[in-house]
Amino acid sequence: MTIALDRPAASRPRRGSATMKFIGRLFREKPLGAAGAVIFLVFLFCGLFADVLAPYGYNQISPINRLKPPSWQFLFGTDNLGRDVFSRCLYGAQLSVIIGFCAAGLATIVSVVIGVVSGYIGGRFDMIVQRMVDAWMSFPDLIVLIVVVSVVGPGLLPIILVLGLLLGIGGSRIIRGATISVRENMYVTATQSMGASTFRILFRHILPNVMAPVIILFTTRVGFVILAESGLSFLGLGVPPPAPTWGGMLSGSGRTYMLQGPWLALAPGLCLTFVVYATNVFGDALRDLLDPRMRGTR
Amino acid sequence: MWAYTLRRLLALIPTLVFASLIVFATVRMIPGDVIDMMLSQNDTSAGQKDREQLEQALGLDQPVYIQYFRWLGGVARGDFGHSLWQNTPVLDQILARLPITFELGLLAIIIGLVIAVPIGVLSALRQDTTGDYLMRSLSILMLAVPSFWVGTMVMVFPSIWWGWAPALVYVPFTQDPLANLGHMLTPALILGMSLSAITMRMMRTMMLEVLRQDYIRTAWAKGLNERTIVVRHALRNALIPVITLIGIQAPLVIGGAVIIEQIFVIPGMGLLLLDAVGQRDYPVIAGVFLVVGVAVMLINLIVDLSYGLFDPKVRYR
Amino acid sequence: MHSPVLEVKNLAVEFGSGAGRVRAVDDVSFDVRPGETLAIVGESGSGKSVTALSLLRLVPTPPGRICAGEILFHGEDLLKASEASIRSIRGNRIAMIFQEPMSSLNPALTVGLQIAEPLQLHGKLTWAKAFERARELLGKVRIPDAARRVNAHPHQFSGGMRQRAMIAMALACKPNLIIADEPTTALDVTVQAQILSLLKNLTKETNAALILITHDLGVVARYADRVCVMYAGRVVESGSAQDIYANPQHPYTLGLMASIPRLDQEAGQRLTPIDGQPPDLAALPKGCAFEPRCRFAMARCRRERPALESQGGRHYRACFADVSC
Ligand SMILES: Nc1ncnc2c1ncn2[C@@H]1O[C@H](COP(=O)(O)OP(=O)(O)OP(=O)(O)O)[C@@H](O)[C@H]1O
Ligand code: SF4
Ligand SMILES: [Mg+2]
Repeated sequence: MTIALDRPAASRPRRGSATMKFIGRLFREKPLGAAGAVIFLVFLFCGLFADVLAPYGYNQISPINRLKPPSWQFLFGTDNLGRDVFSRCLYGAQLSVIIGFCAAGLATIVSVVIGVVSGYIGGRFDMIVQRMVDAWMSFPDLIVLIVVVSVVGPGLLPIILVLGLLLGIGGSRIIRGATISVRENMYVTATQSMGASTFRILFRHILPNVMAPVIILFTTRVGFVILAESGLSFLGLGVPPPAPTWGGMLSGSGRTYMLQGPWLALAPGLCLTFVVYATNVFGDALRDLLDPRMRGTR
Repeated sequence: MWAYTLRRLLALIPTLVFASLIVFATVRMIPGDVIDMMLSQNDTSAGQKDREQLEQALGLDQPVYIQYFRWLGGVARGDFGHSLWQNTPVLDQILARLPITFELGLLAIIIGLVIAVPIGVLSALRQDTTGDYLMRSLSILMLAVPSFWVGTMVMVFPSIWWGWAPALVYVPFTQDPLANLGHMLTPALILGMSLSAITMRMMRTMMLEVLRQDYIRTAWAKGLNERTIVVRHALRNALIPVITLIGIQAPLVIGGAVIIEQIFVIPGMGLLLLDAVGQRDYPVIAGVFLVVGVAVMLINLIVDLSYGLFDPKVRYR
Repeated sequence: MHSPVLEVKNLAVEFGSGAGRVRAVDDVSFDVRPGETLAIVGESGSGKSVTALSLLRLVPTPPGRICAGEILFHGEDLLKASEASIRSIRGNRIAMIFQEPMSSLNPALTVGLQIAEPLQLHGKLTWAKAFERARELLGKVRIPDAARRVNAHPHQFSGGMRQRAMIAMALACKPNLIIADEPTTALDVTVQAQILSLLKNLTKETNAALILITHDLGVVARYADRVCVMYAGRVVESGSAQDIYANPQHPYTLGLMASIPRLDQEAGQRLTPIDGQPPDLAALPKGCAFEPRCRFAMARCRRERPALESQGGRHYRACFADVSC
């Protein structure tokens, strides 16, 4: 019993080397997942340093350069206003990074709070919470997004808040499941019988043990958020123009010019697909390595 | 079975109550005062009505809980209120659009299954071959491709290369079934493809699981060939969990339909919602929102109930 | 006496590859004749099921692989037979009953269909006639109310009834050989005797040969004509049931004998189960596999592996020691 109790604390000092070992395993056992991780990092880098990397401004209009096909000067061509699509894609990455990480982070926190509390307390409380989650989950994400945005108006902050809340409630199921299985575990009951406070149990014993699903949840949510946001922007309900969101670049006024400049239809879509694909395979690899029991869940 | 269905319907009530609260809260509460927003942000949408008329139309002159119960009472009687813009009952609008989205969703689910089941089964039978890896990578890729991008490309490239563009004029099924299907096919295919990615993975996993079972060994010991074993002995068992996936995918289908309907100009629930959002027609938004949620719940219930058709072990108790 | 229905010569089966490779069956030989019951006994993991599966080429491949030997069925080597011809033998001329009655029937199909299936498949009957016959067969294996039960699904059957249904399925095509892999281990003691008697009687009716796999020597004494004792994938002793009971010649068989309660046992005399761990197939000693647990072990046993040698007639054993004292 004492050995089991020491476990969360004992593993702490060697975390650095454990991370290195884990990265090694990722590259050896899941090459595709590792490739995903690399793409993901490149995307993150592009997003963080878009201002430095982009050769032009995202709204730098240049009438003489309208609808130029891809060239060395304009890597991905230009749009109907003569704006450099490559630069816009880079700034789009920036927005995606911000929205992706903030909303996925918020979603994870919401999931953890609801999941851990509901799973730990159990009983009637858990039942009521689960009915509420049921009700919430029967609304398609995109429709909730559309409705809420229609009420509060579009913008970066509402989208992050709504997406975070939305996906957070859905994801709480997974954390709840993990919490229940940890709670059933012997050492929590042992700590409980030793009179540790609920708060202490939650933070010292439950939380460290549901860390694997939490990390996995976060990674897969990033891709999900980016996809959802781009859908919303595509419908014209995302971050309003001229902000260069990938979804927005595929819709709106640019759409009418795609027949003359098909590259306009390609570049943002490819960026989206690439990044979401990378987060998916990275998330899958993490799941397989960290928590094989979660295989098949999504 | 009937008693079971009834009990399941009763069990749905608390979920429905929560759902109605969510709808009510989202549409009425978040903006604080809807009227202010309507008058200030978008006066055209308020039409010719002045503040008082609007307040009455929305029932905002009452305390919140009264508003909720009045709205809920109306909804229970099939009265979702009137559209602010067109002055037609919301329910009529929804009922006119519902079958269209239903058709699109059904087609998409069927197409999704038609793509996913054979590929998933083959992938499992040829586990760890090149073909299996290829099909698996393809399915992960399809999860990442946004359907609105595929839709956009379908509108752009065929017309540049071959001068062909998908039809964009909606024809009711009752009027000309062929033209209707011709219009629906491309969008349903795009939606179905994105659905098939998950189904394919699930099908493969389930098939691998079933193929390891003892009764499959029994089937081999009888002298059956691989085809009969797969079709008669394995597929049915592997399909059972895949069926539940249809219920899980219902929200995805409806959500996906919104975007697809917009691209291909299909006058379904999605387009109704988007138009209502554009005009800030809150009764319509609330109506669509609620109907979609209830539809998802009912679809899940139906999927659960139909489980018994496939799994003889299910007893309705 | 008749020529053997089945003759197995030097059969070897391996699992896995590289460092994890194990030989689950090694150099196994035996034969069975029409109407005869051959018991294969041995403790868990000794390779009984793998041997049984390989007779119909049902060893899961990968990870398993039949790597040597001959399986002669009426003189034809099944290991060389085409895929189509082995399929025409499976369920038709050689039938198999498995260890796990609870999971060996398909939960999604009716019991009747599963019994009728081999009859239809092997071209004996049309579906309609096959269903008719399935009902008769269910009656024959003494399932009450068979006419109604043919349309039931397996989950509506008890374990004993499922095993009866499996027997009905195995008997459907009147096979020349039935392989029953521990058909009763998962069942109640009372049901065990009923099932085995049923199996024995029904095979006697058609003069089929029966290979009965078990680790219950009581069962062997009551039902077997001949016995093969397996240890760590090898046959260590084989002979008539009489030979094995009256005159066991291998220390392992001696140990097994001593571990069953006997009526003639003196009151208060303790059972003597075999001491020590079952062998690890991945790390077998170079010499005799039983050596670490053997009372009679000597220096030679550690160096050399004893071969199966005749003790006179059809009684064979693989051991260096003289255990007759
Ligand atoms: N599918 C498999 N994969 C890997 N190894 C296997 C497999 N099946 C059998 N083996 C190996 O073959 C050995 C013998 O197994 P087998 O099932 O024949 O034992 P048994 O004598 O039937 O035991 P029991 O009395 O428990 O049924 C096992 O110990 C295992 O090492
Ligand atoms: S060969 Fe030696 S070790 Fe093996 S059983 Fe005989 S006496 Fe025992
Ligand atoms: Mg066995």
